[in-house]
Amino acid sequence: MASGVKPRVKAPKKASAGEVVTIKTLISHKMESGQRKDSSGNVIPRSIINRFTCDFNGQNVVDVVLAPAISTNPYFEFEATIPEAGDLKFTWYDDDGDVYEETKSVAVG
Amino acid sequence: MKFKAMTAIAALLFAPAAFAGGADDDTLVVNGDIEMTTKAPAPAHLDGALDEIISGWHFRSDETQQLQTDDFENQGMIFVDQAMDIWNTAEGSEGKACADCHDDPADSMTGVAATYPKWNEDAGEVRTVQMQVNDCRVNRMGADAWKYDATDAISMEAMIASHSRGMPVNVAIDGPAAEAWEKGKEIYYTRYGQLELACASCHEENYGNYIRADHLSQGHINGFPTYRLKNAKLNGAHSRFKGCIRDTRAETFSPGSDEFIALELYVKSRGNGLSVEGPSVRN
Repeated sequence: MASGVKPRVKAPKKASAGEVVTIKTLISHKMESGQRKDSSGNVIPRSIINRFTCDFNGQNVVDVVLAPAISTNPYFEFEATIPEAGDLKFTWYDDDGDVYEETKSVAVG
Repeated sequence: MKFKAMTAIAALLFAPAAFAGGADDDTLVVNGDIEMTTKAPAPAHLDGALDEIISGWHFRSDETQQLQTDDFENQGMIFVDQAMDIWNTAEGSEGKACADCHDDPADSMTGVAATYPKWNEDAGEVRTVQMQVNDCRVNRMGADAWKYDATDAISMEAMIASHSRGMPVNVAIDGPAAEAWEKGKEIYYTRYGQLELACASCHEENYGNYIRADHLSQGHINGFPTYRLKNAKLNGAHSRFKGCIRDTRAETFSPGSDEFIALELYVKSRGNGLSVEGPSVRN
């Protein structure tokens, strides 16, 4: 596991049915591009988050492919329609096979 | 004369662009809650040098400014989170964590960043936040001291600063700290390097003007440690001093040296009255 990885999500705890809400996510990750060399000239192997998804009650909201030029600590802001109460599930996929998950519940009322 | 007239017309036409480097009139509110004082009357000791002190936040673009208004978007807060983990982790031969003595930093560390660097009577020296943290680590925890401005040290300083946000900077410059303050003042006005530039050459005489593609601020350190977009990490005041002196093509002092401690005290005192902003966001 890459060190210091911590997913963060900012999503509303409550929404009205059918409301479009703004969701912000940030994951601390160094996003090593694989293009750099260390002080002795060896290539530092690529280590990035390569995919990010968000699902609401099992239905996909966004599915993003990340490329090596994306900067450290990738941040996503997007909108989702909340038809009913449920859980937003966020998943980040690391190059080294690790998967980081976060869940936020949204109540409707 | 014709050239002058043309320049004057050009200056009028491009007036907004020409002054884009100056301080704007925006107001800084963090999390819709903490109202920051980003412009204030200059403290008495700056009489004749500056009339108004202005936070570096005003010299940045709207996009950069906006990042600091929300803890979620302020990436400096990532390091504050990491420092909280360190705060709660026992280290060293005594098996103690910061939290064992100081409990919740939201209570115990409030106001600390506003008054440091500060004279320490027992040690007989002016101490910065990082020095005080290291004193705890070595003498109370039996752990190794952190290197000055190392990642953990700067994250801890940022975490401590975050609990003073919105409080006015108010470092003491009289009494036993006066000697270090005078030394810092001398460094501030001394021209260094092949370019023969003093801190004052840029940050007092030319703030608001461009330095290549960047805007010169007044160089206050109320926002330190600062998350810089250019290197995507927290930057300490001493490292910033080092970078500035290096850019004058001089041999620099080291972070943590007596010279930089004195300079930190002096530069911080120039911002007496501005709100503590650390960790701030700059470009």
